[in-house]
Amino acid sequence: MEAERKSLALDLRIDTSPMPRLLRALTVITALAFAGTLALGLRVAGTDIQQGEIQRIFYIHMPSFFGAFTAFGLTVIGGVIYLARKNEAWDRIALAGVEVGLAFSLINLLTGSIWARPIWNTWWTWDPRLTSAAIMCLTYAAYLMLRAGIDDPGKRRAFMSVYGILAFVTVLITLFIIRIVPETIHPVIVGASPQNAQGGFEATSGVVIALLPSLLLWLTLLPITLIWHRVRLEARIEALNRLKLQALSE
Amino acid sequence: MKTPFINCAAAIISKDLRAEFRARELVSVMALFALLSILVFSFALELDRQAREEAVSGVLWVTLIFASLLGFNRSMAQERDQGNLDALLLAPVSRAAIFVGKLLGNFIFTLIVGLAMLPLMTALYGLALLDGWIILTTALGTFGFATIGTLLATMTVQTRAREALLPIALLPIALPFLLTAVRATKSLLSGAPAAEWQGSLGMLAAITVIYLVLSLLLYEYVLEE
Repeated sequence: MEAERKSLALDLRIDTSPMPRLLRALTVITALAFAGTLALGLRVAGTDIQQGEIQRIFYIHMPSFFGAFTAFGLTVIGGVIYLARKNEAWDRIALAGVEVGLAFSLINLLTGSIWARPIWNTWWTWDPRLTSAAIMCLTYAAYLMLRAGIDDPGKRRAFMSVYGILAFVTVLITLFIIRIVPETIHPVIVGASPQNAQGGFEATSGVVIALLPSLLLWLTLLPITLIWHRVRLEARIEALNRLKLQALSE
Repeated sequence: MKTPFINCAAAIISKDLRAEFRARELVSVMALFALLSILVFSFALELDRQAREEAVSGVLWVTLIFASLLGFNRSMAQERDQGNLDALLLAPVSRAAIFVGKLLGNFIFTLIVGLAMLPLMTALYGLALLDGWIILTTALGTFGFATIGTLLATMTVQTRAREALLPIALLPIALPFLLTAVRATKSLLSGAPAAEWQGSLGMLAAITVIYLVLSLLLYEYVLEE
């Protein structure tokens, strides 16, 4: 019975392996590090004199954008390698990158909105950077829509690799627009703030102590761990679909 | 032996132009749509003299992007339905040449519609839209739309729900083009200092170049099998 199940799994290329030890370790480390950075941001860092407690949201707001940057960057890498080698695993990474990145950029928009309410006195304004961040989210939402609309698996992977590469331009625009379009009111914390920026504060040593660990966590561990989990899930979904097809054809 | 790049692209353009000249399928549909869209906007926004100055560049570009969506869909659907796409894939030509051919065809048709809209809107709204710089912005913006439109239409035309998917795929990616083009046109219309519209125009050109290079590199992967 056991041997039969193993051979069936082999036939359908189902990944029956337990969670790799490295992924287990990464998950635990990421969870602990996340709790640690929250403690740094909420407890250790001092309260901003002008903005008060709301300024602490910054320790999630900016790192979450860079987390999205890593995730969408992995989508580009996955897309390029998929197009070159046609190995499905890279397409799974690309898809996982989009989903994780979209979640992160929504966190970015949401936290920014919550911060803007007391500081700018509005939830949303059509500022160049806010606009480009919204465009970025829409583009990746369109990625998921488009992906769901293509039936042929080979075409789906190739087309979505192309779209994932194209979409990254919107990420770069969001990152650099603050330096290009001067009339933004979005503050820059690292480097000179635009003239009209409202709600900026200085990156003092207290800010850096809370920001730097959080930034490193969101840039590396958090997206990589989540994407890894999502890739494993996707492999199982694909195997399940194959199983369904086989059961239907029998 | 491969057909030289330029010959191949030129052949596709001349084929598209001849087909269009005989059937008048694309430009007429796009132009009629553009005309209707201008009328719809005029009624929906109740454009009086003051509102016009603010809204006209938006009306121009929103109309152009929807008209071009119609055109790109039609142009690629023709290739597919009449079997020309398969023939092109069998022919010993580079994919990039096919892209350039289709791109320039799409660009010419969209530009014709765009250029026809300018005097029409000048007459209807009494604004000086027939300005050299606005014409340049129109050309640049429609070229940008045509670049990503050709690439994405080639993808979506090969899917089941093809007409529905192109707007979803194209609009978010086209937003940077739309934003910069609208800004440049608006500043030009309001007689703003040169630095203001030159910045937008420069960004429009930069984004167009980025997407053109990406599309040239990636086109071979959307035309496989």
